[in-house]
Amino acid sequence: MAGIPHDHYEPKAAWEKGLARRLPIVGLMYDTLMIPTPKNLNWMWIWGIVLTFVLVLQIVTGIVLVMHYTPHVDHAFASVEHIMRNVNGGYMLRYLHSNGASLFFVAVYAHIFRGLYYGSYKAPREITWIIGMLIYLLMMGTAFMGYVLPWGQMSFWGATVITGLFGAIPFIGEALQTWLLGGPAVDNATLNRFFSLHYLLPFVILGLVVVHIWAFHTTGNNNPTGVEVRRTSKEEAEKDTLPFWPYFVIKDLFALAVIMAVFFAIVGFMPNYLGHPDNYIEANALATPAHIVPEWYFLPFYAILRAFTDEVWVVQFASFITGGIIDAKFFGVMAMFGAIAVMALAPWLDTSSVRSGRYRPMFKWWFALLVVDFFVLMWVGAMPAEEPFNTISLIASAYWFAYFLVILPLLGVIEKPLVQPETIEADFAAKKAKSGGGEAAATPAE
Amino acid sequence: MIKKLALATATVLGLSSGAAFAAGAAGHVEDFDFSFEGPFGTYDQNQLQRGLQIYTEVCAACHGLKFVPIRTLSDEGGPDMPEDQVRAYAENFEVFDAELDDFRTATPADHFPESGLENAPDLSLMAKARAGFHGPYGLGINQFFKGIGGPEYIASLLTGYTGKEKEEAGVTLYENTAFPGGYISMAPPLYDEQVEFADGHANDIHHMAEDVSAFLMWTAEPKMMARKQAGFVGVLFLTILSVLLYLTNKRLWAPIKGKKTS
Repeated sequence: MAGIPHDHYEPKAAWEKGLARRLPIVGLMYDTLMIPTPKNLNWMWIWGIVLTFVLVLQIVTGIVLVMHYTPHVDHAFASVEHIMRNVNGGYMLRYLHSNGASLFFVAVYAHIFRGLYYGSYKAPREITWIIGMLIYLLMMGTAFMGYVLPWGQMSFWGATVITGLFGAIPFIGEALQTWLLGGPAVDNATLNRFFSLHYLLPFVILGLVVVHIWAFHTTGNNNPTGVEVRRTSKEEAEKDTLPFWPYFVIKDLFALAVIMAVFFAIVGFMPNYLGHPDNYIEANALATPAHIVPEWYFLPFYAILRAFTDEVWVVQFASFITGGIIDAKFFGVMAMFGAIAVMALAPWLDTSSVRSGRYRPMFKWWFALLVVDFFVLMWVGAMPAEEPFNTISLIASAYWFAYFLVILPLLGVIEKPLVQPETIEADFAAKKAKSGGGEAAATPAE
Repeated sequence: MIKKLALATATVLGLSSGAAFAAGAAGHVEDFDFSFEGPFGTYDQNQLQRGLQIYTEVCAACHGLKFVPIRTLSDEGGPDMPEDQVRAYAENFEVFDAELDDFRTATPADHFPESGLENAPDLSLMAKARAGFHGPYGLGINQFFKGIGGPEYIASLLTGYTGKEKEEAGVTLYENTAFPGGYISMAPPLYDEQVEFADGHANDIHHMAEDVSAFLMWTAEPKMMARKQAGFVGVLFLTILSVLLYLTNKRLWAPIKGKKTS
């Protein structure tokens, strides 16, 4: 395996050698666990472990929930109540699973924005980034379909609204929507296929996670300086890195324990905080809820979807030149998926030769604005579609696209980056001198 | 960032809870003090039993509790009634048995009957399907201390009648300060001294509204006490684990960071 030079597993006993010749599994595990990791990683590098843990948590709780759930429009809602009332620990399984989805998205957003700030998407980590984006898309699909399964009011109407988006695609939209739903409207066929896919997709995600890890284990981790680990010799590499075990495993486990404590407080004491009261009413095709609002983690993109009404000139222009094929609804759908597409294209849109935002004085501010923008979109996505929220969501959506399509390409040309440290070792030593103060100075260097 | 996120989501949810209130003026929900609020709040067994009595004598005339098995009345962390009492209570109901293809007397294994009146909603989950203050009030974690406001909504509704009536399309509507839109088709169900409690507990409308709301909170969330206990144990052990891992991590990194190990 190409990568940072480090010690590999050497089979010693005869049976170890025999096993290694037939299946080098111990060596693979050794290389994975002892992978040289930049020693200056900060606390934003813990989310990967959190995400892996939550994926396993969701799969395990999900599998047990399936043992008691009935995917049928007449029984789904009642079977969830059966889980809540009669299944041993069922209430805990279900609340862990439903709040686990929220934790999953908190972690994935932190993970993505970490990558955006420290330039983790840049060469040679584009494939890691693209696979990450695929995982994120699959997560959204899985979460959306999972939310339909309890068959409450918001499940039903959320499914109706979101699958309706596909109906906005010109020419094939209606047929596509019918195909997705398995009928003219959200019904038993929809519930069954969503159940099937909600079970399948997490395992696809699991597979992609393995590839994601494989990819960045090949390139090595990025780090807060964005400076690469020296690879000319093992000695030099060892000055920049520490093995993943035990240094980063223990650090990550500590962070995970803190996050799980907060998570358990939410599950134990306010499990419905992130949910919607309407979903405790059984689905009813004849009664539309007053406001149909997606779960919080979809809101930023939901805001972008709604931002492009037919009063916006870009929409009018697109409609005019395509002879009305692109209407406001379809434009909104394209904008929503486009918002994720431009993010996925970041490796090629960012022209700066400097990786980490830490050494990019102008980028820093634009990035901070992007984070604010994300929260503005999330907030405005929950607001009714009226003024002034329409204007706010339009401006916020415009900034999202401008950041990726205009600011990132331009900054690389006009920005004067700060001086980067020569090596990770130098950065680590500088930080040590700063934080350790006199104490570090008093102890002779290693 | 997490705080911001929490605030943003809280904002979102606060607004979305408006969904429970149809367009127009949202009703006014009084903040009642229930024994089950906050991380350490528990159900008051006697209150749940009084609430059951009110439900049976008043609400059950029109409403149902189809998701609630009658046997759970003897559950710990619920009304905790003796089993013979629960069996006797079940005999009040007739249920349809598909195997017999006929009605028979209910047993504790059966569920409460469904709503008898077509437009009377089932009350099993009402306390979670309505929200008095589901959102970012206080520090954004109001719900941590006060709950979702469902039982408050029910109690406010029961005590919120002003006495004014109007007729619309042949239906009499009653003005209610808690109901979204201001007019509800349910006639005032509770009045003072309507139910006699065996122990002579106060039976004015306010006390009874609270009691029956507490009972409906239990029907909606029967495992609340077990859940809070599990949450408490979970948080406690995870906190201890965090401290241990923090110390382990500190010591592990000390030589790398050039700090003295203590």
